[in-house]
Amino acid sequence: MARRKSARQQQLERVALYPLDWLEERSGLIGGVRYFLFRKVPGDTSWWHTLGSATLTAFLVQLATGVILAMYYKPSPEQAHESVQHITDDIWGGWLVRGMHRWGASVFIILMFMHMGRVFLFGAYKYPRELNWIVGVLLLATGLFEGLTGYLLPFDQTAYWATVVAININGTAPFVGPFLASLLRGGAEIGPDTLARFYSLHMLLVPGALMGLIGLHLYLIVRLGVSSPPWSDEAAGDPREPEPTPARSGLVQPRPRTIRGRPTE
Amino acid sequence: MDDPRGDMERHEPPPSLWPIGFAVGVVCLLVGLIVSWVAVAIGAVILVICGALWARDVATGGSAAAGPAPDAGEGEPAPDAPAVPAHKGEAAMPEPAPGERFPRSVFLESATLGIGAVIGGIVTLPVIGFAVLPAFVKQHSHEVDLGPIDNFPEGEYQVATFLREPEQGEVSRRTAFIRNNGLLDGKPSFTCISNRCAHLGCPVQPGGPTFDKKTKKVITSSGHVSIIPSLPAAGFICPCHGGAYDQEGNRTAGPPVRGLDRYEFSIRNGHLILGNTFSVASVSGSGANAEIHKYELAGPGQHVDGPESWLYPLQPPH
Repeated sequence: MARRKSARQQQLERVALYPLDWLEERSGLIGGVRYFLFRKVPGDTSWWHTLGSATLTAFLVQLATGVILAMYYKPSPEQAHESVQHITDDIWGGWLVRGMHRWGASVFIILMFMHMGRVFLFGAYKYPRELNWIVGVLLLATGLFEGLTGYLLPFDQTAYWATVVAININGTAPFVGPFLASLLRGGAEIGPDTLARFYSLHMLLVPGALMGLIGLHLYLIVRLGVSSPPWSDEAAGDPREPEPTPARSGLVQPRPRTIRGRPTE
Repeated sequence: MDDPRGDMERHEPPPSLWPIGFAVGVVCLLVGLIVSWVAVAIGAVILVICGALWARDVATGGSAAAGPAPDAGEGEPAPDAPAVPAHKGEAAMPEPAPGERFPRSVFLESATLGIGAVIGGIVTLPVIGFAVLPAFVKQHSHEVDLGPIDNFPEGEYQVATFLREPEQGEVSRRTAFIRNNGLLDGKPSFTCISNRCAHLGCPVQPGGPTFDKKTKKVITSSGHVSIIPSLPAAGFICPCHGGAYDQEGNRTAGPPVRGLDRYEFSIRNGHLILGNTFSVASVSGSGANAEIHKYELAGPGQHVDGPESWLYPLQPPH
């Protein structure tokens, strides 16, 4: 430091940082957030590596807009379409929020596929990241199911018949198909229960599953680090100690405590 | 803030009385919102002053505590520390062998897990049952009164639209293609074809004109029924994926896997009553003399005869 801070400046600084220190001492949250955000990544990561966080952002947009839409939407066959019209035409900003949710859904799905393509083409699904690929595939399936259940909710002719077709496609699966279709419909025919059931799936069950899977996905990313692109000279992700024994053994046995690859003193 | 976790000292806030004044200010302000603006102003002033003093206390007190702390933290435990720590001296129990556990610990662990599983099961199973089982409950049979059979002239197709379950409203609206085949052995014969496509369930349309201006509205015990004369010269055609059927509901082209479903019917007091639907593999013959290869109702896209039907051995109740 070139210039000494005056006592007053130091005191001000202390006052300003006090709440953060307070929080940190009691929760460790600041350190946790720093650990989560300020990770080492390979030097030659590129814009391609941002597709995952772009997908996450699209999901968060769906979450925020969806919660607000749920304040005005009425999941009964008599009122559903009317309430969607009401959201679009009458409620202040409704056209925007509904539009964000409607188009954001497509953006979310497209980004998921692009992210998946990036991971595939960069070979980022290879050891030790196979499990994260599997979690990603589950996320894709769950995300598509979210799209299917959301499509019925406007309850216009397109929504209704598209859902009829989608349920009946499920119904043609061998052996379990007829039961799968009944389970989706909540009965033998599409009725009032089907709409409420899809609404509940769309806004409670499936988003919950998505959030859990996203948490697992992120945990594995933080744990394993970001892979470098195939053309990179750098080793992938965090530096790892050389394995004393063949690569696969020793991963789950206790090893000398390390912090981010460097042995502690 | 470079390393917030760097020093592991306790930073307990020093005792201060200003939070009491702060709380008084908050109360005064909130009461003032109801009582008078003067009280709001007084409360705000108390709140700001006490808050500032509290913050100063916390900041200076924090520095006062941080001053001497390093001296205490620097060296080994103070010389006048109390006597022998517990971990010196003889162990009361022999060291457990690696992997050895006390029976009590094993019991407590399995008890916790077991009780947790029981509670979880008691809560979860009924909920899952509630979510899943109603979908597989047998429906009561539907009967729809389409009105007097005089509304169905012999040999002509009519498009009848009705509510299958009036209490459910519009969502139960269904359409059937009805043709009066005249008398068979002295009893009226009808062809009652469901409009649900046997491919994926879209609504098939008459392949020919419908005479909307001649629509008859009939009010029956099943509510409003509309009957539209139609001339499906080309049979029935599905708008979704181009499935096509002849006038008996036999598949003629496109992706459907069987013929169109039909309604059971009965005549009661001169009224045409539609019953449940059943599936049809194919129909030979036509009109009153048609021979219908009838099966239990299957979902669209599911074969009811031939080897492919072995893929759908069980149907949920409907």
